[in-house]
Amino acid sequence: MSVSEPLVKVRGVTKAFGSNNVLNGVDLDVPRGSVVSIIGASGSGKTTLLRCVNLLESYDSGSIEVDGVEVGYDIADGRRRPRGERDLARIRADIGMVFQMFNLFPHLTATENVMLGLRKVRGMAKAEARATAEQWLVRVGLGDKLASLPIEMSGGQQQRVGIARAVAMNPKVLLLDEITSALDPELVGEVLKVVRELARDGMTMMLVTHEMSFARDVSSRVVFMDGGRVAVEGTPREVFGAPAQSERLRGFLARIELREV
Amino acid sequence: MQYHLNYNFVWKYADRLAWGLVLSLELAVISIAIGCVIGLTLAVLSQGARRPVRFVIGMYVEFVRNVPLLLLVYLVFYGIPSIGGFAYDATTSFVITLSIYAGAYLVEVFRAGLEAIPKGLIDAGRAIGLTPVQRVLYVQLPTMFRIVLPSLSNAFISLFKDTSLATVLAVPELMFGANWIYTNTFRIVEVWTVVAPIYLVTGFVLLGGLRLLERRFAIGRR
Ligand SMILES: Nc1ncnc2c1ncn2[C@@H]1O[C@H](COP(=O)(O)OP(=O)(O)O)[C@@H](O)[C@H]1O
Ligand SMILES: [Mg+2]
Repeated sequence: MSVSEPLVKVRGVTKAFGSNNVLNGVDLDVPRGSVVSIIGASGSGKTTLLRCVNLLESYDSGSIEVDGVEVGYDIADGRRRPRGERDLARIRADIGMVFQMFNLFPHLTATENVMLGLRKVRGMAKAEARATAEQWLVRVGLGDKLASLPIEMSGGQQQRVGIARAVAMNPKVLLLDEITSALDPELVGEVLKVVRELARDGMTMMLVTHEMSFARDVSSRVVFMDGGRVAVEGTPREVFGAPAQSERLRGFLARIELREV
Repeated sequence: MQYHLNYNFVWKYADRLAWGLVLSLELAVISIAIGCVIGLTLAVLSQGARRPVRFVIGMYVEFVRNVPLLLLVYLVFYGIPSIGGFAYDATTSFVITLSIYAGAYLVEVFRAGLEAIPKGLIDAGRAIGLTPVQRVLYVQLPTMFRIVLPSLSNAFISLFKDTSLATVLAVPELMFGANWIYTNTFRIVEVWTVVAPIYLVTGFVLLGGLRLLERRFAIGRR
């Protein structure tokens, strides 16, 4: 497989919850080392799309390939079978996710939160896992919070642990779902700073965000989702600079700008 | 005729009460331990189990909860040997009964606990690549344990009091000790004014200890 092949390749993905068709044929490429931001109104399917990429949700048809491997289905002798849990666990280990509500394990310290996957999934020895976890926590500016429990940390600190927990696994791609929208405004900056650094270091990311100026700065491509489809796709300049091509995008951006003021 | 309080009889047999209390506590501890195993196993089994499995578990829970505990005590002690053949000594028989009883209550406690685990934590476990078994061990059980701890404490106190029913099988627990002193001395008021506070104070101390434990393991604490 060539290096220029996109790391994440989404083709014609559909997903329905009961009779609610949430994804209606999504096509999307995430090249290696690039940052693709997904914007769009609430309910347009952004979260569902991300959750399909690491199989927290199954998709109904279409395909999602990460590094050349179809994530949701096992294609053997021409038949398409949903993957079993063991397969899924192995695939998910290489796809990091950071959640809107942090979802830190409440009974574990910052270090232990990061160590869990290293120990149980990567099979690292305890000392090595601890050292790796601490390195990442220091990198996200939490060197003084290693032994703190989630409850003892601010939202911004918790989210940085969430990022450390995901990147410590050395994932091929990192999925970030509105990771600052549960934070007080004064804590948003410290979290976005970490994401900027990851982008600079070449981490491949798919991020859903309502922080438009951040999306403009950090993204290689911006995707506007509408009604479970990719409605507009382009460079930040194309999407934010000349939204005239889509009435819906213009309306969306206008509403967001208003809210940001 | 006037009744003169005389506690000497009670003090004379104080060791029966002391050993009785120890046995009561032992019965409660063993029963809650076995009850936890039963309750947790069935709660996990019934998560996503097929209909017949859930039905059988439901029958067990409803049966035990809607039958007087005393009847269960007799049923296990007299009933099982008469149909199956194996007879247990009274203490073992009572422990079996109380464990079955505790298990039925704890199934519901654990089931509610499992349901109360925030879905986001399970997603986080899946997202880092934990297998289902690893998620149960490292995410669901530790989280659930902290959620159900207050209910477990209450169940334990309640079981401690229920051990008094073992007296009907002549298991020498606290209530039996009290009965023995009473039937041998006829000092009914003295006996009960001593034994009631023993139950009360022990229950209180247990509760205090368990609340401390709960605080230590409060959600988000270690
Ligand atoms: N687990 C679910 N069960 C049923 N419906 C869901 C579920 N998750 C999302 N939905 C529905 O899918 C639609 C898209 O949701 P989502 O992907 O969260 O959108 P967004 O992240 O863009 O706001 C919404 O209508 C939502 O109600
Ligand atoms: Mg969303």
